[in-house]
Amino acid sequence: MAADVHKKKGWEVPNGSLTPGDGQHTERSESPTPGLAQGTEPGAGQEGAMFVHTRSYEDLTSPEDGAAVARSPEERCGEPGEPTTMEQISKDFSELSTQLTGMALDLEEEMRQSKEGKLEPSPQTTRRDSVLSGKEEEDVTMDAWRMHRKHVFVLSEAGKPVYSRYGSEEALSSTMGVMMALVSFLEAEKNAIRSIHADGYKVVFVRRSPLVLVAVARTRQSEQEIAHELLYIYYQILSLLTWTQLNHIFQQKQNYDLRRLLAGSERITDNLLDLMAHDPSFLMGAVRCLPLAASVRDAVSSSLQQAKAKSLVFSILLSGNQLVSLVRKKDQFLHPIDLHLLFNLISSSSSFREGEAWTPICLPKFNSSGFFHAHISYLEQEMDLCLLLVSTDREDFFTVSDCKRRFQERLRRRGVHHALQEALRTPFYSVAQVGIPDLRHFIYKSKSSGLFTSPEIEAPYVREEEKERLLGLYQYLHSRAHNSSRPLKNIYFTGPRENLLAWVTSAFELYICYSPLGTKAGAISAVNKLMKWIRKEEDRLFILTPQTY
Amino acid sequence: YMQGPLTPSPGIHPTYPYKVVLLGSTSVGKSSLAYRYVRNDFKESLPTVGCSFFTQTLHMEVATVKLEIWDTAGQEKYHSVCHLYYRGAHAALLVYDITNKETLNRAKLWLRDLEKEFLPDEIVIALVGNKVDLAAEREVTTEEGEEFARTRGLLFMETSAKSNHQVNDIFMAIAQELLQREQKARAPSPHGRSAVSLGESRVRTGCCQP
Repeated sequence: MAADVHKKKGWEVPNGSLTPGDGQHTERSESPTPGLAQGTEPGAGQEGAMFVHTRSYEDLTSPEDGAAVARSPEERCGEPGEPTTMEQISKDFSELSTQLTGMALDLEEEMRQSKEGKLEPSPQTTRRDSVLSGKEEEDVTMDAWRMHRKHVFVLSEAGKPVYSRYGSEEALSSTMGVMMALVSFLEAEKNAIRSIHADGYKVVFVRRSPLVLVAVARTRQSEQEIAHELLYIYYQILSLLTWTQLNHIFQQKQNYDLRRLLAGSERITDNLLDLMAHDPSFLMGAVRCLPLAASVRDAVSSSLQQAKAKSLVFSILLSGNQLVSLVRKKDQFLHPIDLHLLFNLISSSSSFREGEAWTPICLPKFNSSGFFHAHISYLEQEMDLCLLLVSTDREDFFTVSDCKRRFQERLRRRGVHHALQEALRTPFYSVAQVGIPDLRHFIYKSKSSGLFTSPEIEAPYVREEEKERLLGLYQYLHSRAHNSSRPLKNIYFTGPRENLLAWVTSAFELYICYSPLGTKAGAISAVNKLMKWIRKEEDRLFILTPQTY
Repeated sequence: YMQGPLTPSPGIHPTYPYKVVLLGSTSVGKSSLAYRYVRNDFKESLPTVGCSFFTQTLHMEVATVKLEIWDTAGQEKYHSVCHLYYRGAHAALLVYDITNKETLNRAKLWLRDLEKEFLPDEIVIALVGNKVDLAAEREVTTEEGEEFARTRGLLFMETSAKSNHQVNDIFMAIAQELLQREQKARAPSPHGRSAVSLGESRVRTGCCQP
């Protein structure tokens, strides 16, 4: 039930009881040591959070949440429409749902036509053998195919393949049939299959009707974490189709081939899986900020805030997978998962580099029943700075496009353009800046802001496998700390190649990676020093004063 | 460039914004055509997400033409929102791939959609057979495309975004045709589109003019 409660907090009482009292505010500035109370830890926003508050991955995978997802569309639909707090948005959403009905009708027409065989055959045959994807179709009978560390399959409840990370879905249709048979077999007994552990493999099942997601992994991740990744894949599919449309399709036609609608988007899912294997954002359920002087960030944020329009809900400036600034409509909170999906969408397509994109997008954790329209563009050709303006009105392209123009004009007038360019030259900081000799790397997450900071991964983690191994260690600590039956607050892990320490409180999570020669006492004193450093640097590493329109 | 029967009116140099939309199946080269035309460059691109918007301004003798180019995604999941992109368009390029017959059939379906939405005089439609650089793999003959375009009153050209063949020409032909229609409508009898003042006063209210 915890998940439900916190969701309501997110919607009805923005930031609810999590907002620190005034007394804590004054303490914060006086005390260099981290406050243990939520809202006063380093990185906590001074004026409340930007995101829907999430705890950790439990709220995604706990059975309560499963039930919530299964019955949520109506609820979610209603939630944003709370008339007292969100009249405007409620109006916007009623418009959205009308548009959606229109879409559903179109789809019916399409499906009817496809039955009559008028439409072209679905284009997925050209999928990965295309020159553009640069990915050769794999032979699923080869050992190399079996050796992949993590397979991901998505199928419909009719057992039809929807997605496979490696190899063509066609070649795997019998395998997917077996998977579906397993799921149905146990369901007939009013039970549910969650995972199979055998021979170094974990086979994890996640059921989100009308889809079934399956992972076959040789990684050290826990079942919980793998299920968490599968949910991301599910949300990614929703972000393209909406929950409502997905359900409507399968209600109309149980054995619909969903690949028709997902054609051309497989690379977005591929990219998400790759990203999750090396970016800790997904594990932490938090967002990383581009390190930036507070004065520059404030100037960027207020420029963004001033370039508003009635239909805008979120204005987001990002660089790579780091957040530069986020301005939101009052009382509207973005969920970190939705932001991760947006990051992934942008990093998986080069098509945003040219012109201005205008695309329907569903933010499933915000509202899984409707589309927003997102204006996506890069500020300059050579600059890795992407602007995302999320609007409720699909007719509003020119208004939103003008917001971009106004934003750029204000940036120029404030003269922060140069400082931004400078910051982009070093998008990551070195752990050496902290000044603790044995410290190799760390991840620090402020729970109340939903933001985390982490230095660049440096030697000895140079090769890609080594970087993934380090992330694997963090994953291990994270899963121990968040184990739903036996959570841990402090973990000290001594390995042959490094020592790690995890410290999880109600206010923050800290994971540090330390030289194998260091002692436990040394690591603890390092934590204190590190926390002071983060406090000192917090206005550069975090967004402390989030803006609303 | 050839100006057709247009006569410059002394002292007035109006600017006409025109909405041009690129339609067609997935990977026929819509984005490449737009990119070649606007940036005069070629790169293989990944499938378009939603649609992309470009502008190109042409300074012609009698008027300045501002083409607002909407490059749509060919993927099926975006079809239901496509009418949103082509609504209010002044011109449409129906793009097919000469090495894939199926894409011409799909272009014909797009034409059917457009004919439902627009009166014949409301929109300039061009049929564009792209990828002539891949002549060896050709599945659609020039004659076939040409003949279809002729019977339906469409402009027609075969292009290659990769080798920069006739890309500029097709957009220019569209601009010419649009200007000619403009001129005709403004000329002696004040009816049809000329009832509306078309110059700067054409204020946009949204991405798609009704």
